[in-house]
Amino acid sequence: MCLTVSNNLKYYRPGKSRYAYLLVWCLAISIVWLFISFSLMNLVITNNVAYLNFLINTLVVRFGTGVLITGCIAMLSWMWYNLQEQQDYEHRRAEALKLARDAELYKLRQQFNPHFIFNSLNSISALSGSAPEKARYMIQQLSDFLRGSIKKEEDVFITLEEELLHLNLYLEIEKVRFGHRLNSIINVHEDTKDCLIPALILQPLVENAIKFGLYGTTNKVEILIKANIENSVLSIQITNPYEEDSSSNIKGTGFGLSATKRRLFLLYGSAAALESVKEENKFMTSLKLPSNK
Amino acid sequence: MKKIILIDDEPLARLILKEYLSTYPMLEIVAECNDGFEGIKAIVENKPDLIFLDIQMPKISGFEMLELLEQAPAVIFTTAFDEYALKAFDENAIDYLLKPFSKERFDKALKKWLESSAVNNEGFEHLINSVNQLQDKQRVVVKNGTKIRIIPVHEIMFFEAYDDFVKVHTAEGIFLKNKTMTYFEKTLSPLQFTRVHRSFIIKQDEIIKIEPFEKESHVAILRNGARIPISKSGYAKLKESLGI
Repeated sequence: MCLTVSNNLKYYRPGKSRYAYLLVWCLAISIVWLFISFSLMNLVITNNVAYLNFLINTLVVRFGTGVLITGCIAMLSWMWYNLQEQQDYEHRRAEALKLARDAELYKLRQQFNPHFIFNSLNSISALSGSAPEKARYMIQQLSDFLRGSIKKEEDVFITLEEELLHLNLYLEIEKVRFGHRLNSIINVHEDTKDCLIPALILQPLVENAIKFGLYGTTNKVEILIKANIENSVLSIQITNPYEEDSSSNIKGTGFGLSATKRRLFLLYGSAAALESVKEENKFMTSLKLPSNK
Repeated sequence: MKKIILIDDEPLARLILKEYLSTYPMLEIVAECNDGFEGIKAIVENKPDLIFLDIQMPKISGFEMLELLEQAPAVIFTTAFDEYALKAFDENAIDYLLKPFSKERFDKALKKWLESSAVNNEGFEHLINSVNQLQDKQRVVVKNGTKIRIIPVHEIMFFEAYDDFVKVHTAEGIFLKNKTMTYFEKTLSPLQFTRVHRSFIIKQDEIIKIEPFEKESHVAILRNGARIPISKSGYAKLKESLGI
């Protein structure tokens, strides 16, 4: 009997205004219990009239006790399950908060990659002695790049051309740092330039390409960015050289790709796709989006 | 004349060091290196008195390079940003220059070196150990003659004590590393590796069977058939990490 009450409350807890439901439920269960026990006693004890009379006389008292017991159990389990639900909720809320904070932090780091910024500043410091003109040029590039990163909000769409201009600033700075061995080729079809894409969606992908291609090796590096439209799907490819050996040196690239995937999913659902392929000494990331203009 | 080597993958970062160093006529730059491999070669060939060493470099990091040297020269680290390492530097009182750095800061570091000048090998060991402890080790760098091998931890089956060395057992073969068992026990992720015996650290994923062996001890049978003794305390540790 108690189990029935408790189980019932596990799956259905009436609102605050419906305590009457709980009362009726307890009363009903007590009546059923009283009826069953009375019938059982009648079956077992058939020839003791005095005891049967006693049973009938104490009907009210026993009914009262039944209601009290079920009532107590009902209250206890009601409180218990409420508490559990509360804890579950708190737990979920904490997790959601943590996720949001992680994403926020990641976004900040993405915009202001400290390694990139301090190394760029160090390059400027070096150039200001020997080649002040170049130092000034680099300050300009770095400022434009930082301004572009701050200005753009996550949900804003910009044309591919604008995105590529921003990426170019970044690549130009890296070329000053690693000029002797970085080369970038941007090869996009004319008709893709006014396609709308989420702002800064390519940035983490190109950063990945630089990380693997440039920071990972000491050879000459060529980063290739291609874009074309086919059957109203805009397809963008970023290719960089890749050395199997050095891959384990570089950490923290997984989140970049998965965060980009997540962002694409939130914006486009299943209409967008991000894939990366490793082949021989090349690493290719390919992004497919609806070609909205 | 004191000999200096610059090791940094960015030419401009070396340029500013050269510029600052030009005011010290008694110091001579004998080599400039783009990465740790070149660095090791140049250090062995030139036996420099001091090196300027970047931490984040292609192929192997500055710390990994130092680990591979039998006799490390004096080092001034140069780094742009390394959240893990900075604390370790302070704790071990080893000088580092945060990029971009001023001439004054550079002079201060050089002065410190010129005044002490004694090579502090012990300090580096502490430094590398504390850096390694801040992050679980992802790979082990070993030197095999003149060749350098980078072994990702997922390729390692177990570690075995071998005199003053540790044998690193992989599917490809055995590599020697001049470190202690305690070093590996401390720097490897406890979620992956367990020290089951004074002389053995095994990867939990490699175990296919654990059998009792004599009284009070056990033996682990690995995927490749190797039989590794497990001590009494090792068995307790292993049970805890496997959750049994």
